[in-house]
Amino acid sequence: MLSRVAESILWMNRYIERMENNARFLDVNFNLALDLPPELKQQWKPLIQTSGAVEEYESLYDDYSQENVISFICFEEQNSSSILSCITRARENARTMRSILTKEIWEHINSVYHMVLQFKRDDAKLHQDPRMFVEKIKQASQLYYGINDNTVSQNEAWHFGKVGSYLERADNISRILDVKYHILLPSVKSVGTTLDWIQWVALLKSASAFNMYSRKYGEVKPYNVAEFLVLDRDFPRSIYYSLNQANQSMHAISENYKSGFSNSAEKLIGMVISEMSYSGMDDIFHQGLHEFLDLTQLKIIDIANALHDVYFSLKN
Amino acid sequence: MESPKTLHFQNYRPGVAFDEMFAPDHLVRNNYASYKDHLESLSIVNIKKLQDATDQAQLLMGMTFQVHGDEMGMEKILKLDIIPRIIEKAEWDMLETGLRQRIKALNLFIEDIYHEQNVIKDGVLEWEMIRSCPAYLESCKNLEPQRGIWTHISGVDIIRDNDGKFCVLEDNLRCPSGVSYMLENRKILKATFPKFFDKILVQPVSDYPKILHQMLEYIAPVTHPNIVVLTPGIYNSAYYEHSYLAQEMGVELVEGRDLLVKDDHVYMRNTKGFQQVDVIYRRIDDTFLDPMEFNPESMLGVRGLFDVYKKGNVAIANAPGTGVADDKAICPYVPDLVKYYLGEDAIISNVETYICSRKEDLEYVLDNIEKLVVKETNAAGGYGMMMGPKSTPQMHAEFRDKVRKNPRNYVAQPMINLSTVPCLADEDFSPRHVDLRPFIIYGKDISVIPGGLTRVALKEGSLVVNSSQGGGTKDTWIV
Repeated sequence: MLSRVAESILWMNRYIERMENNARFLDVNFNLALDLPPELKQQWKPLIQTSGAVEEYESLYDDYSQENVISFICFEEQNSSSILSCITRARENARTMRSILTKEIWEHINSVYHMVLQFKRDDAKLHQDPRMFVEKIKQASQLYYGINDNTVSQNEAWHFGKVGSYLERADNISRILDVKYHILLPSVKSVGTTLDWIQWVALLKSASAFNMYSRKYGEVKPYNVAEFLVLDRDFPRSIYYSLNQANQSMHAISENYKSGFSNSAEKLIGMVISEMSYSGMDDIFHQGLHEFLDLTQLKIIDIANALHDVYFSLKN
Repeated sequence: MESPKTLHFQNYRPGVAFDEMFAPDHLVRNNYASYKDHLESLSIVNIKKLQDATDQAQLLMGMTFQVHGDEMGMEKILKLDIIPRIIEKAEWDMLETGLRQRIKALNLFIEDIYHEQNVIKDGVLEWEMIRSCPAYLESCKNLEPQRGIWTHISGVDIIRDNDGKFCVLEDNLRCPSGVSYMLENRKILKATFPKFFDKILVQPVSDYPKILHQMLEYIAPVTHPNIVVLTPGIYNSAYYEHSYLAQEMGVELVEGRDLLVKDDHVYMRNTKGFQQVDVIYRRIDDTFLDPMEFNPESMLGVRGLFDVYKKGNVAIANAPGTGVADDKAICPYVPDLVKYYLGEDAIISNVETYICSRKEDLEYVLDNIEKLVVKETNAAGGYGMMMGPKSTPQMHAEFRDKVRKNPRNYVAQPMINLSTVPCLADEDFSPRHVDLRPFIIYGKDISVIPGGLTRVALKEGSLVVNSSQGGGTKDTWIV
């Protein structure tokens, strides 16, 4: 397939995934605010830290009020990761390869784009309660995956899309875990307070992981939460699972079904996964969770760059 | 049980122009009789709902075009008015024969111009006329396009004059657009009037992508060719159409940067190496095709493409150089060309045209500019034109000046009241002016697609149908 198109699919899926994760983070933070006792105010700054957009944010706003943060995350055009920016870019990528997308996929992405624009036009009061909007975005993204998995041939193009979704997901989960863990860690000593429990549950919920976590571990403990989100073999939003799926799709693309690697991107991702496969949570904590997550994000960038070199920038 | 009828057209008052639906005595014409009955079984509220649903469907399908100079999100739909333009089969058959004749002659003309130039030697046309044509490409001299075909895809703009006679306004032989709207309009109208489609036989247009694909295969230099559609990209106003056609044909949509030339062949950059390209349906202008041969500034084309083309290793549709035949100053000669090449009288005549490079025409135009429509010979899209009767004396003076300075660049035509068709406007139907662009594909045979794109000037009284100037479209039914 065309290199340009392969790259567009990968990015289209990254943006859709990013859009969904932004919606999830926002949703959880908002709900958390509702759960907090009146004397405690919900923090909105971590949400901006998660997306790594502190600089952009501070150039636009003076404070981290709920109102400003919500509008920044939902509709700010200058925020390259806002929900509006994500769907705009996803759609732009879709347009550049519209001829190879199914009618259903294109029309879905197009309609989500128009829906977001409509929300932006209509709802100046979104910051008071963004839940309906957020819910629509989550549904839109889930519907996208449904259409993608059930109406699109699982060929090279589809696998490039999967690589995009899963790399983005691994990156996003590592970010939310990093930020939340930072904030929550001091309170580990006071395990068992209601407030503490609420916060950890919120972290799980932002990854849609609460139910599956509960079934596996029962009690909510920081160590287990981290383990579940980083190393779980079966949960589709853990970092390990995501990278593993990306790896499988990369091998499907290169049609290299033997063990080992056939290009630099496969080599890099294979190394990350191997290391995680043979690590326990103790090892990761020993290294420092923050350091580990930071390094993982850097490695994901390296993998994306390697993919670019291998597939998207063919030299004469 | 029949629902009660509403008289939708009681207040419908066509002007002096020929109305496609009603004869001057306000009797409905044959071609619209059964449709009128159907429409009158619906209330105006329901008809309006159908129109709203159509607008929404177009937006969600992404049938939008980028408006020049507008910012992000400023895409517009090309409005589809749901009242169809209906033409009777017998009348259409005459048009079809005429179009086939015209395209055949124009191809022979282009072939002649880039080879023997007998048409000039025999005095039908002056060499100066060709030489001064900006779309004449010296590089195409002695070019041998595959199968001898130059204008693979054409769109001819046809209007009815006040007496209802069809005549050609201009030919589009480079990259005519609009065919995707013809196809999508039909899909939408089928959903809008399903019961009616059940009852009458509208000539189908849906096999256009198949005919296009067959033609592209026919001109390929190899068997089992790799065919691509070449687009300037998403910011082009016709991008929707480019992607639509590629998708319908199941071929790759490429941009210039996806292609490269090496070892006398064209290749596309794939994830797993280079893949040879055999046929290019290009939707970029001649001079942007290859920065080595033409415009060195072009970012849209492919370096070395023209050379590969000349060697016969890739087919390009339409062939470069066809613009010489749709120059607005050449257009008036088409009936002569038909006579010259085919020995036949032209079945469809041209709108009377004054060619400003002719001395006596120039004088007439300068003296009567306030009555005439003045057009640039090499412009399209409704740009670079002036409608005398609708312009100020200041604009008349301005155009007199322009024409005097560069007569070759201008032609003029009498102001013709394009025919009208009812459109839904507010709470009622009211007449709006239309033209017609049928599409012709020249492959193994010459196929004229039954119908075409009816463009409509949605502003009351306006005679400009271009999408860039507030035009919309209608589905065109041959019944």
